[in-house]
Parts: sequence; structure tokens; C-alpha cells
Amino acid sequence: MKFLTKIVATLALLPALVFAGEEGFPLDHAPDRSTDLAALQNGAKVFVNYCLNCHSASSMRYSRLKDIGLTDDQIRSNLLFAGEKVGDLMTTPLTKADAKVWFGAAPPDLSVIARAKSSEAGSGTDWLYTYLRSFYKDDTRPTGWNNMLFPSVAMPHALWELQGVQTAKFVEKEDEHEPGKKVQVFSKFETVTPGKLTPAQYDSEVADLVAYLQWMGEPAQGTRKQLGVWVVLWLIMLSFLAWRLNASYWKEVK
Amino acid sequence: MAFIEKKLPADAPVIEKALGWVDSRFPLTKLWNDQWGQYYAPKNFNFWYIFGSLAMLVLVIQIVTGIFLVMHYKPDASLAFASVEYIMREVPWGWLVRYMHSTGASAFFIIIYLHMARALMYGSYRKPRELVWLFGFAIFLCLMAEAFFGYLLPWGQMSYWGAQVIVNLFGAIPFIGPDLSLWIRGDYVVSDATLNRFFSFHVIAIPLVLLGLVMAHLIALHEVGSNNPDGIEIKDTLDANGHPVDGVPSHPYYTFHDIFGVTVFLVIFSAVVFFAPEMGGYFLEYNNFVPADSLKTPLHIAPTWYFTPFYSILRATTSEFLRVLMVGIAAYVGLIYLKTKLPSIVKIAIAGIGLLIILGMQPWGLDAKFWGVVLFGSSVMILAGLPWLDRSPVKSIRYRPMWHSYVLIVFAIVFVTLGYLGTQPPSPTHERISQVGTVIYYGFFLLMPWWSAMGTFKPVPKRVTFKPH
Repeated sequence: MKFLTKIVATLALLPALVFAGEEGFPLDHAPDRSTDLAALQNGAKVFVNYCLNCHSASSMRYSRLKDIGLTDDQIRSNLLFAGEKVGDLMTTPLTKADAKVWFGAAPPDLSVIARAKSSEAGSGTDWLYTYLRSFYKDDTRPTGWNNMLFPSVAMPHALWELQGVQTAKFVEKEDEHEPGKKVQVFSKFETVTPGKLTPAQYDSEVADLVAYLQWMGEPAQGTRKQLGVWVVLWLIMLSFLAWRLNASYWKEVK
Repeated sequence: MAFIEKKLPADAPVIEKALGWVDSRFPLTKLWNDQWGQYYAPKNFNFWYIFGSLAMLVLVIQIVTGIFLVMHYKPDASLAFASVEYIMREVPWGWLVRYMHSTGASAFFIIIYLHMARALMYGSYRKPRELVWLFGFAIFLCLMAEAFFGYLLPWGQMSYWGAQVIVNLFGAIPFIGPDLSLWIRGDYVVSDATLNRFFSFHVIAIPLVLLGLVMAHLIALHEVGSNNPDGIEIKDTLDANGHPVDGVPSHPYYTFHDIFGVTVFLVIFSAVVFFAPEMGGYFLEYNNFVPADSLKTPLHIAPTWYFTPFYSILRATTSEFLRVLMVGIAAYVGLIYLKTKLPSIVKIAIAGIGLLIILGMQPWGLDAKFWGVVLFGSSVMILAGLPWLDRSPVKSIRYRPMWHSYVLIVFAIVFVTLGYLGTQPPSPTHERISQVGTVIYYGFFLLMPWWSAMGTFKPVPKRVTFKPH
């Protein structure tokens, strides 16, 4: 009996015991701007100006930007550069074949990138926020750029004129797993050439962009959450009524 | 026999006349009364008895939302992924329909697992309800097939590689394996051909079988009558009208009872649909937002959570673990020899099978992958044997020795732990834990004929335990 109780207790702890530590570049937490319309609009501007040249967001229509407070005219005069219509999908002039030749890989479609990059380590926005701030100059790479979060990434630093150029500093350390062996461990980024924005401004700009990417991953998310409150409240009321109705039938059962 | 038209007075309400007309030609009223209206169910049902009607509700949700999804979804490898996003963005209320369907899939399994846990606690599969259990088991198999085929349709990376891994399992079968998996896929890799046939299975073949089985499950249940938390046959004590004293007609009592259950369930269901449709990557896996790519294998491929307990058993079966299994099989054959009164011909047959398996597990025999598939499959199939494995003199856990409930709790914890491990990347520690879990999982079932009959049982009352509300 006691033995069984012990087994039960031990087994109950199992899920906690089997938790596995994850190694990798730590993710910074992206500020939550998912309901900040000004941030989303600025993010849309950065996205169209810097990302859409190579990446597509082919599930997304420009006209959907009306959901974050833009008008048809604002979209037309600020975000459409090559004769697209407001109702068009966000495609890119870069063909997959060209991209393969120029960068070695076709840039992924960004429609749902924020959802795809979620993991146990952090949300998709955290990943993107960290990624876009972790590019550094690396002359061994064909593009001259490398990334701490996504080593040997094919993408060059598209926002470099905003952030400027930074290098990564590494220090030599003992390998934790193999004594006597040395490993290179990242210590910090160092700015070589300043960009148009200060580091704080750049972080904020990326936060806006990432908030936009998150919104674009599911444009209906605002509606979903707002409607959800009412649906759940209504159902709670309904269950209260159903509960009393049920009780009124069952009180006659002896 | 001559046809007799049911005659109603000329001034009877039209609706009654219409019903009379139908009843003379089709047993509508009789069906309703047999299956629900005059079906006497035990009055002492508790929380655990809500999952049958909830499963029915979710089945309806899945079928109705599924119909609308099919209107907009494109079963074509080059269009499928984008068509799901089209549903999420451009189809009015498409996001709601899609989230209801994806959440419904997971809800279905949660409900069915709890429904089965109930059967385990109260011995609901015991005589005379063996067929109710077997039909239910077949429904569970269909549900797994339905979920597996359906999961390929969004055509994301997890869809694609999950299907690839599972179809490849068939390749482990000796001789016919590789041809069999080729035949299932219709191509050398999972491709457009696979997507099309999985779509066909998901929207037509399996649902048809599923609906038939659900009917059989209910007809069988209403024929023998429901079990209850006391595990007492209420038909043994009848009142003057021939109705069970401890039963109530399902309508209105369980109609309103179940409506209440449904509303509470819908609160939880809606909370997930509206606020956490991805459920932290368990209901909608993050990697499935990346379109399928046959050239990029994800680092970590995990099936959706409802398959992972069985998947863990598959992964636990390493060539090292085969040695444990061989000892286990030898010991089990020994146990059957010493502790059962089976005819010696049966015993010899069992020993022969045991010997064949042990030979097959030798290093020069079949590889661990094949045995993993065998264990994976049999860990599901073994559920069908429950009515015959359980030898307890009483049905309900309430009147069984206290330690029997600890055994059930251990089993439940092992099942959940195996499920959790199946979602995680493999590691040596995880492997060891899932091997222990596998041994406990099989031990629970294979030793049930013995442990379920051991201990001091409490006397079972004649009447059910019921406190009027």
C-alpha cells in the first residue's frame, strides 16, 4: 500500500523531472504593441519599404490594412509603389529562381511568419525581434552579414541603414561538456558605423515592425478576442439557466 | 399482415395526424421512445457520464464546420496551404469555422479519453456491454484515422513530415512493407497524390464508417442499458410498470442534464477557440505555419498530442529495450503456464507464439523499428481486450479494493507522461522514462486478469447510491 502511494507520488513528479533545458541564443522579449494602431501603421510602412522588396506576404491584401486604421488613399499614396491596386495581394517582384541564384535561398513568404516562429523558447514576435537586432558584419559570409540567432542565414541585413553596422565580439571559454577544450562564446555586439537611428530608436522601430508582422499573421485576431468575450459571457449566462432548468426537473427524482 | 393505417379522430391536431401517418409507415415514435424518450437510464450518473453526449456534440461540430471548410479548401499540393490562409482571412467567418474544426479535433480526443477512463473506472465494458465497448473502440480507431488524414490537409511542415513518418512505419513490415507504404502514399514521397487520397478518406470514407459505428454504439447501449457509477444492473429491480426503480426516462431528465453539460463544455470550448486556438502549440503546431517542403526535414517531428502516448511507446522500442521485452514475454508465458487453467493446446500455442516473438527479437531477427511498430499498434489494439482482461468480481471501482484505484491512477499518470514525452525531442533520459512507462502500460493490461481479481472486494448494494438534488 505504502509502496503504491510512493509510486503514485513519484510518477506525479515525472513531468517536472523530464523537463529538458534548451540551448541557443536567448530571445529578447518584444514589447507588446499588438493593439497600438500607430505602431502597427509604422510597422506596415517599414514592412512595405524594407521587407516586401524580396519577401512576399501573398495571403495578405493591402486593403486589409484598413483594419489598422489606414484609408484607401493613405494606402495608395504611401504604400503602393509599382502600380499595384489597393485590393492586390502583397507579392514581390523577386522571383524564386533569381533569389536562389542571388542569395542561395528563396526568401520565405511572411504572411504567417510570426506564427511559424513561435516555440517553447518564446513567441514568434520575440524571435523576430531578436533576429532583426542580431545581424552583424561577417566577411566570411557571401553577403557580408551573419546573424547570432540564425547562424549563416542567407538574408543580408535589410535594415542596416537604420541600425548601422555592428560586429559580434566573442570570448574564449572552457567547454562545459568537454574539459580542456575551448569554445567561442558570444559576449556582445559592438557598433562600427552608426545608422540613421539611435539604438533605442532602432529597437522601437523593430518592435513596430514585429507587431505588424504579428498582426498580419492573423488579421482577425482583434475581432476574435473581442467577440470571444461576449460569446463566453453569453454562454456562462446560458449555462446558469440550463443549470437551474436541469435542477427544476431533477428535484422531483427521489 | 395487412397494412393498418393508424386512425385518429377527424378533429385531431394536424401534427398528430401527420405523426400517425408517418408511424404507420416508419417506426418514428417507437425509435424515439426506444432510443431516448422512454429509455430508462440510471438516475445516479455523475460528472463522468457527460462525455458521451459531448462526443456526439463535437461530432456534429466537426461535420458541420467540415462541410463549410470543404467549400473553400483546395486539396492540391500547390494550393492547399494558401487556401487555409484564404479561409482564415478572406472567407467571412472562415477563421471561426477553421478554429472550431481544429479545436474540435483536440476536444474530441480529450472527451473520448475521459469517456474511456469512465468505462475503466466503472467497468462499463463488462458483460453484457462487450459490444458497446467494441463499437466504441472501433469509433476510437476511426477517430485516430480521421485525425491522421485530416492533419495532412493544411499542408504545413508538420502535416507533411508527420504523414511521412507514420506512412513510413508501414515500411517496417517484413517483405511487403516498402510496397505497402508506396501504395498508401501513391508516390515515392508524400505528395499531391497522397494529399488527394487523404482528403477523400478524411471527408468521405472515414466519416461514413464513423457515423455507422456511432449508431451501432448507441443501439447496442440502449439494448443492454447503461452502466452506472455503482456498476449495478438497474434492470434487476423493476417497479410495477416494469421500469427500473433506479432509472429515469432519458427525456426529460437526461435531456436537460446534458444540455447543462453542453453549455458548460461550450464555455470552455469557446474560451479556447477565441482566446487560445493554438493552445501553446499543442492544438495547432507552430511549425505547421511553414508550408510543406519535401527538401527540408524539421529537426523535431512530433505528432499532435493525442497520438503521443502511443508514439512514445514506438520511440521507446530500441534494440536495447528488446532484451527487456524478451524477458517480459518469457515471464508472461511462464505466468500463463503456472497460473491459468487454459487447455494445454492453447498454452502450447501461446508458448509457440512467445518463442517466435523472442526469436524474431534476436539481433539477427527483425529490427527494433519493426517491433516498435508492433508495440505501437498493439498498445492501441489491446484496449479492445478489456472486457475479457478484467476479471474483477464487481464492475465499479467503488466496490473494489482501494489499491485498485491507485493502479488506475498510476496508469493515468503513465499515459499522460508518455503523451508528454512524445511531444518532446528525444533524449536518453526521456527514452529511459518512456521505456519504464511502456512496461507499466503493458503490465497494466496484460496482468489485469490477475490483479483485477486480487484483494478484498466490498459488498455491492442492490440499489444505486443516489442523493436527491
